[in-house]
Amino acid sequence: MMGSSPAVFKFKSVVNDHIFFGPDNSRLAVTQEKEIQIYEVLPNNNKKLLTVLTGHDEPITAIDISAQGLIASASQDRNAIVWKPLDASFSSFKKDLVLLRINRSATCVKWSPLGNKFAVGSGAKVISVCYHEPENDWWISKHLKKPFKSTILSVAWHPNNVLLSCGTADYKCYVLSGYVKGVDEKPPATLWGSKLPFNTICGEFISSPGGWVHDVAFSPSGDVLGFVSNDSTITIVYPKGEEQFNVVSSKTNYGSFKTLEFISDNQLITAGHNCFPVIFQGDEESWEEARSIDTTATSQKPKTFKSLEQDDDEEGNTGSNALSMFRQLDLKGKVQNKGSSDLPTVHQNTVTTLKFFDQSHISTSGVDGKVVVFPI
Amino acid sequence: MSQSLKPYLTAVRHSLTAAVSLEDFASQVAERHNDPEIESQRTPEVLLNPMVISRNENEKVLIESSINSVRVSIKIKQSDEIEHILVHKFTRFLTGRAEQFFILRRAPIAGYDLSFLITNLHTDQLMKAKLVDFIIEFMEDVDKEISEMKLFLNARARFVAEAYLTPFD
Repeated sequence: MMGSSPAVFKFKSVVNDHIFFGPDNSRLAVTQEKEIQIYEVLPNNNKKLLTVLTGHDEPITAIDISAQGLIASASQDRNAIVWKPLDASFSSFKKDLVLLRINRSATCVKWSPLGNKFAVGSGAKVISVCYHEPENDWWISKHLKKPFKSTILSVAWHPNNVLLSCGTADYKCYVLSGYVKGVDEKPPATLWGSKLPFNTICGEFISSPGGWVHDVAFSPSGDVLGFVSNDSTITIVYPKGEEQFNVVSSKTNYGSFKTLEFISDNQLITAGHNCFPVIFQGDEESWEEARSIDTTATSQKPKTFKSLEQDDDEEGNTGSNALSMFRQLDLKGKVQNKGSSDLPTVHQNTVTTLKFFDQSHISTSGVDGKVVVFPI
Repeated sequence: MSQSLKPYLTAVRHSLTAAVSLEDFASQVAERHNDPEIESQRTPEVLLNPMVISRNENEKVLIESSINSVRVSIKIKQSDEIEHILVHKFTRFLTGRAEQFFILRRAPIAGYDLSFLITNLHTDQLMKAKLVDFIIEFMEDVDKEISEMKLFLNARARFVAEAYLTPFD
């Protein structure tokens, strides 16, 4: 359905999170402040508002959809809600409040790959692993609280439906077990560990300079973990079995990244304060930037502090009039980008979420109120 | 002297661009609160190390950043008594109208003349690059303005003195 050029959907304010779902990914849900808006995607990048889901009374921080089509939303009002579509056209939903038992804002939500449970990270320094209890027909939760000393900023599930990873505001990234008795089958042993009762801590990682861990992700095979932190690094963890890990950190010249997804064990896409998605690739030795996905942004090379200064000097030297140069220096200290207009990228502000649209497309949303589908 | 203004502003620009990478962050201390962490100072792990960039002892910028807010404090050049008075009047005029200036803090940090408080709400509504441009431009213009005011004041003083002393000529 989506072509080879980026498809842009514009909204009136900040899009905290978004999901594409439904048949042929023809429905789009975006969170705007306290409400979730469900749109039908029409040809030529048009959209039609189907319904607005209200139920949260503080800004919604995250939204995710399960394999079965249930939508979970988390909000700063300390609640999570599971929305169940009542008809095939996704115009009405049944709302189920989840018993999170937290007293601070819920910051992130992720469904497990099988869709039988989901994890909600929170400012209460716990992760609630929530699952449906058919007896009372409600969503209840178990708390993972052991190693955390600060707000959970992101969670991600391992493909085996049991292990999960999280990034916290105290610079750490953890891998731990979210095995729920009665809901999960006993998982086969992985490189992360073999015996995995609830709240087993399989690993604790930190990037080398250290920074708030904005997002974490497992590779499709589950044998590689990556996280991005506020120190502008991408850190990749390779488990070696028996609690041995190989950690590779890659520094970048961009502003810090906010979100990442793995394409394969050797490739990942990330985006953030640089305002456009970038592909990185590498192996256990090192990870390097491969290319940018936003073709409009590739013309502009990332500038280091040094190269910026050189540019400045050159400009100053080519100025024909020495007097005007000195005057400019004297009066203004000459600042580059003066009167700069829009950024050369599709997104005009920080990209906050990045998800797979289908095999060959990703969708991103950002602070500039845009949802964009990029071809990879 | 002015040669040093460029590297000074470049350093401030780069540091500010890095610091203004903000996100929404609800308080983990108080329930249902969402306040600028740099002001409340209640969660040590979300605060970053403050940074001072100074051109000389009279002119410096303090950048204190956190996960959802940045505080930028500027000390404006004051080489003599007159400039001191002018800067005081000027900043009083601005802070008295802080609401209209959006990112201006009502009271400056001790030791500085003017403070800006940028929160994630500001970066949501404004473009980051423009926000940084604004502060840099302000820093350029404020020096110019103060020296212009000083020149004007001197000219006026000379004129008044002349007018006053003419009868005794």
